[in-house]
Amino acid sequence: MEPLLELKNVSYAYHTPDGETYALSDLSFQVQSGEFIAVVGPSGCGKSTLLSLISGLLRAESGSVRLNGKEAETFQKNTGYMLQKDHLFEWRSIYQNVILGLEIQNRLDKQSKARVEKMLADYGLARFRDARPSQLSGGMRQRAALIRTLAPDPELLLLDEPFSALDFQTRLSVCDDVWAILRKEKKTALLVTHDLSEAVSMADRVLVLTKRPATICADIRIQFEKENITPFERRSEPEFKDYFNEIWKELNLHG
Amino acid sequence: MDERKMSQKQRNYLQMLRRRKRRIAVLQVLIFVLFLLIWESAVRLSWIDGFIFSSPSRVVKTFVGMCEDGSIAMHTASTLLETIVSFLLVAVIGTGLAVILWYFTELSEILEPYLVVLNSLPKSALAPLLIVWLGANQKSIIVSGMSVAIFGTVLNLFTGFQEVDPDKIRLIYTFGGTKRNVLTKVVLPGTLPLLLSVMKVNIGLCLVGVVIGEFIGARQGLGYLIIYGSQVFRLDHVIMSICVLCVIAVLLYRILGIAEKICRRRR
Repeated sequence: MEPLLELKNVSYAYHTPDGETYALSDLSFQVQSGEFIAVVGPSGCGKSTLLSLISGLLRAESGSVRLNGKEAETFQKNTGYMLQKDHLFEWRSIYQNVILGLEIQNRLDKQSKARVEKMLADYGLARFRDARPSQLSGGMRQRAALIRTLAPDPELLLLDEPFSALDFQTRLSVCDDVWAILRKEKKTALLVTHDLSEAVSMADRVLVLTKRPATICADIRIQFEKENITPFERRSEPEFKDYFNEIWKELNLHG
Repeated sequence: MDERKMSQKQRNYLQMLRRRKRRIAVLQVLIFVLFLLIWESAVRLSWIDGFIFSSPSRVVKTFVGMCEDGSIAMHTASTLLETIVSFLLVAVIGTGLAVILWYFTELSEILEPYLVVLNSLPKSALAPLLIVWLGANQKSIIVSGMSVAIFGTVLNLFTGFQEVDPDKIRLIYTFGGTKRNVLTKVVLPGTLPLLLSVMKVNIGLCLVGVVIGEFIGARQGLGYLIIYGSQVFRLDHVIMSICVLCVIAVLLYRILGIAEKICRRRR
C-alpha cells in the first residue's frame, strides 16, 4: 500500500545573519493511513520544523516530502496543523473561531457548516457555540482548537505539542479527548512532543529523534496486549513502563 | 448586595470609599469656583488690570454678546467642522498608510527614518508653508490639523501591527491563508483597541493643528478669533475663545471615549 506520507533524505537548515543552523539531516520515514505517530526528541531538535516541512509551510532544502505520492512544495490542503497554544481569537465567538480555516479556504458551505455544528455537539461545545473563548476552560479551549483544525477535513493531522500549555490534570483528560476524537474521525496523526509518557500512551509508533541536526535514531512500534484502551488506561498497563524505558534509553544514547 | 447583611467593617469600608469620592468631587468644584472668585475680585479690586487680564464677568458678557449676533456659533462651528474633517481623514489615511507599511516590509524599512523625522518635527512649523502652498482657506487648515496627528498615527499603528503574536499569524498560514487573510482576520481585529485609543488622542491633536492653522490663515474660527482679539487688544475675546476651546476639547474626547466603550462592549 502506498504510504500517506513519505519523507526521503530530508534536510533543512535555518539561515540567519549570524550563520546557519542545521535542524534536520537526512531524515526518512513513512506513515501509513490511519496511524498515530508520536515524534519525540530533545527540546529544540527541530521537531516543529519537521511539521512545517510536511505541511508545506517550509520547503525541504534537500530530499523529498511526499503526501499521497505528491511532492509537498507549497501549502498542503490535506494537512491540519495544531499549534501549542489554542490561539482562539477573543474577538470571535467559539463558532466563528472554529470555522476560521473554512473561511480562509472559501469552503464555508451548508455541508461544512453542518459538520462543524455536529462536531461542536459531539464534543460537548454546543452550549458554548456563541461564547467567547475566555469563558471556556483550558480543556474546552483545546477541544475547540482541535475542531477548528478538523473543520476543513484534513487527512493528516500535525500536532505540535498541543498539550504542553495545559496543567497536568487537564492534560491527561485532553489527551484522552483528542485521542478519542481522532479515532472517531479516523484521522492519521503525527504528534510532536517532548513528553515520553504522552507519546507511549497515545501512539501506535514512536519515532525518536537525535539532537540537532536531528535524524531518526529509533522507530518503535507500540503494542499493548489490551487493545482499544484509552491513553489514560494505557498508563497503568505493565507494557507502559517498558516502552517508556526503551525510549528513554534511546534518547539518552543519542540525545 | 444588601447592606444590612454586611458586616460592620465592610459597611465602614464602603462608607469610607463614598466619603473619599465625595471629598474629591467637592474639592474639584471648589478649586474652580475659588479660581473664578479670586480672578473676579482681583480685577474688581484693581489688583490686576481688567483690560489685559479680562475677568469672568467680562468673558460671560462677551460670550452672551457674541451669542446674540450669532458670531460665536459661526466661529465655533467652523473650528469644529475643520477638526472633525481632519480627524476623519487622519483615521482613514493614517490607517491606510500603516497597512501599506505593514504589507510591504521592505518599504517600511526604507521609509522609517523619514517617518521618524516627520513625526518628531514640530508640526506648527509646517503651517506657514501650507498656507502659502494651499492658500488661506479651509483646505489648508484641515491639512494643518491632519499634519499634527498623521505621522504619529502611522507610526503607532504600524508598530502595533508588528507586535501581533507571530503564532496567531502562523495559525492563518497553517490553513493556507494569504497575507491578506492575516491582515483581515488577525492584525486588524486584534489591534482594534489600539486603533481606538490612538483615535482618542488624535481628536485633540487635530484640534491643536486646526487652531494653529487658523492663527495663520483664516477669516473665521476660534483660532482666528484669538489672533484677531490679541492684535486689537480685545482680550475678552481671546480668553472667551480659549474657554470655548476647552469645552470643545473635553466634549470631543468624551464622545470618542463613549464610542470606544461601545466598540469594546460589542466584542
